[in-house]
Amino acid sequence: MAMPEITDGGGARPSVRQEDRLWIERIPAPYWVAGVILLIIPAFASDFIMFQIFGWTFILGMIATSLMFLGGYGGMVSLAQMSFAGVAGYMVAIFGDSAIDTISMGWPWYITIPLALMIAVLFATLIGWLAVRTEGIYTIMITLAIAAAFFYFTRQNYDIFNGFQGFNSVFPPQLFGVDWRRPIPFYYLTLFWATVTYFAVLYVSRAPFGLALQGVRDNPRRMAALGFNVTAHRVAAYAFSALIAGMGGILLTWQSAQISPGTVGIQPAIDILIIAVVGGMRHPVGAFIGAFLYVILKTFAVDFLIAVGLSGDRFQLLIGLGFLLVVFFSEDGLLGLWEKLRASRNRDPLTGEVRQ
Amino acid sequence: MRAFAARHPIWSAILGAFALILLYLIFAIWPEWLVDGIGRKKVFLNALFNGITLGGLYFLVASGFTLIFGLMRNVNLAHGSLYLLGGYIGFFIADSTGLWLLAFPVAFIVVGVLGVFLQITVFRRMEGQDLRQTLVTIGISIVMADLMLWGVGGDFYNITPPRWLSGPFETGLVTSQRVRSSGEVVTSYLKYPSVRIVIFAASLVIGLAMWLVLNRTRIGMLIRAGVDDRDMLSATGARIQLVFVGVFFFGAGLAGLAGVVGATFQSAAPGEDIRFLLASLVVVIVGGMGSIPGAALGALLIGCAEQFGSVYFPTYAVVLTFLIMVAVLAFRPQGLLGRS
Repeated sequence: MAMPEITDGGGARPSVRQEDRLWIERIPAPYWVAGVILLIIPAFASDFIMFQIFGWTFILGMIATSLMFLGGYGGMVSLAQMSFAGVAGYMVAIFGDSAIDTISMGWPWYITIPLALMIAVLFATLIGWLAVRTEGIYTIMITLAIAAAFFYFTRQNYDIFNGFQGFNSVFPPQLFGVDWRRPIPFYYLTLFWATVTYFAVLYVSRAPFGLALQGVRDNPRRMAALGFNVTAHRVAAYAFSALIAGMGGILLTWQSAQISPGTVGIQPAIDILIIAVVGGMRHPVGAFIGAFLYVILKTFAVDFLIAVGLSGDRFQLLIGLGFLLVVFFSEDGLLGLWEKLRASRNRDPLTGEVRQ
Repeated sequence: MRAFAARHPIWSAILGAFALILLYLIFAIWPEWLVDGIGRKKVFLNALFNGITLGGLYFLVASGFTLIFGLMRNVNLAHGSLYLLGGYIGFFIADSTGLWLLAFPVAFIVVGVLGVFLQITVFRRMEGQDLRQTLVTIGISIVMADLMLWGVGGDFYNITPPRWLSGPFETGLVTSQRVRSSGEVVTSYLKYPSVRIVIFAASLVIGLAMWLVLNRTRIGMLIRAGVDDRDMLSATGARIQLVFVGVFFFGAGLAGLAGVVGATFQSAAPGEDIRFLLASLVVVIVGGMGSIPGAALGALLIGCAEQFGSVYFPTYAVVLTFLIMVAVLAFRPQGLLGRS
C-alpha cells in the first residue's frame, strides 16, 4: 500500500508550483507503485490469494477504516463498527435473496443495497447518539456493550434475523453478465470499493466537516465556543463511518455467502479494533496494512505454529501477543513505528537536530 | 434519604409504592387472579432470590472494576479474565485440598498479586494514557483467555460446596396454600440452596466493609481523594503509587474471589470471562462509574433483570439488561448514582 506522503511530490522540482502541474503529475510515486501492483496482481496470483487474502484484506480494511475514521479523526474508539457492518449485511440477506426464503424478500439489488446502507446509517446514528453522551474512555465500554447486545439479539431473534443459523447462500447480483463472486471480478470489486473508501476518508478528513471533527477531537469546548455543534459533528461521524462499514459488511456477506451472529460477535468486533490499532489510526492506509497483516496471520498462523512445535489452536495467543507488543512499543501502531524510524533517520546522530 | 425525598417527591412516591408492592408480593399468599396473571408464587420468589444472589456475585466482580476505574481511570478490560482465573484457581485448590474455604484467600491473593504485577510492569509505564491502557488490557485478556484455554482446556469446572452448605435452607416464606378435599390446609414454604444465601451474605459483608474502609479510614480517605483529584493528592505528598498498587491488588483480588463464587454458583469455562466482563461493564454503566454504592445498585438491578427476564420473557432475557443500560444512558448518562 502507498505511504501517506501527498505533499512530498513537489520536493524534486521546487521551482514549479504544485498548481501549475497537471493533476497526473501531482500523484506521488508510492501511489503509482501501489496502484500498478494492485491492478496487475490477478495476472500472477492464484484464486485463493485473490479471493481469500486480498478480498478479505480489502473488506476488513474497509471496516477498520471506518473505525480509524471515528477514532483517528473523531477521537471516538468504537467497538460497534462490526455491528454496523453486520446490520448492512443482514439487511442485504433479508431484503435480497438467500436460502432462507421464508424471510428473504428477494428484492432487486438496486433497492436492497441502498436500503441496507440506509438502515445501517440510521442504526449507527442512533447508537452514535447514545455513545456520544459519554466521552473518551467510556465510549469503548458502551460500544462494546452495544456490540454484545446486537450479537445476542441476532442470536435470539428468529423472526427477522433467523437466530443462530443466520442466512446462507447470499450471493452478489449478476450484473453486466459477470459472476461477481468469481475470484477475479470479486478482487476488482473489493479493490474498487476499498479505493473509494480510502480516498473518501482522505477527502472528508480535509473537507470542512473533517477539519471541524478533528477540532472537536482536540478541544470540544473551544469548538463549542466557536459555534460548532459538537454533538452533531460526532453523531454525523458515526453515520459516515457506518456508510463505510456497511459497504464492507455487504461485501463480507457476499464473500462468505452467509451472515450469522458469529459474524457480528464480540470476537470479530475486537478483531476490527486490533486491525485498526495495529495498523495505526492516523491515516486510512494503516487500516489496510493492519488488515493485510491480520489476514496473513490468520491464514498462515496455523502452519507457522505447527512448524515451531505448537498446536495450531494457539492462533489467538499469537494475535494477542502481537497486538500487545505493538501497543506496548508504539503509541500509534505500525504507522507510528514507521514515523519514529524516519524521524530518527532524519536526525543527526551527534547533535540530535533534524537534518534539512 | 430525607434530602432525596424532599428533592424528588414524585420519584420517592414511585419508589415507595414499588417497595410496598414488592413486600406484598413476597409475604402475602397470592390470590387466584394473581397466580393466573403472572404464574405461581414459587417461580416468582425463586427468580427474585436468584436475581438478588446473582446481583451479589455481579457486585463482587463489578466493585473491583469500578474501584480501579474510579481511581486510576483504567478501564481494565482484562477484569473478566482475572475473574475466570480466580475460578480455575479456586477449583483446583478446592479439588486438591478438599477445603472450599481455602479457595477464597488463595484465589484472592494469587489474582491480586497478578494485578499488582500488571499495574507495576504495564500500566505504570503508560500513566495518563487512558486509551492505550485500555487497548493493552484487551491484549492481555486475549492472551490470558488463550493461555487458560491451553492450560485447563475447554471443560466446565464446577466447585462443589462443602456438605454443611449443600442442603436447602428453609426461608419460612409461604409459596402456596391449598385446601385439600379432606379439609386439611397444606402450606408449602420456599426452600432455597443455603450456599447461595451464605455467599450473598458474604458479599453483603464485603460490600459493607468496603464502604466502611472507604468512608471511615485514612486509606479510604486517600482513595476518595485520589478519585476526586489524583494530581492534587500526589502534590500533597501522599504516596499515590502505593495507593494505586494497593487498590489494584484489592480490585483484582476481588475479581479472583468472585471467580471462586462464580465457579460454585455456576461454573468456570471459556467464555465466562467475556460474560462477566460485559456484566460488570453494564453494572458500572448503570450504577455510575467509580461509585461503589452505584455498583451495588446496578448489580442488583441487572441480576434481577436477568433472572426475571429469563423466567418471564426467556427469548430476550439477555437483551433486557442491555435495554436497561440504554435507558439509563439516554436519560442519565453518568449512571444512576454517578456524579456528573
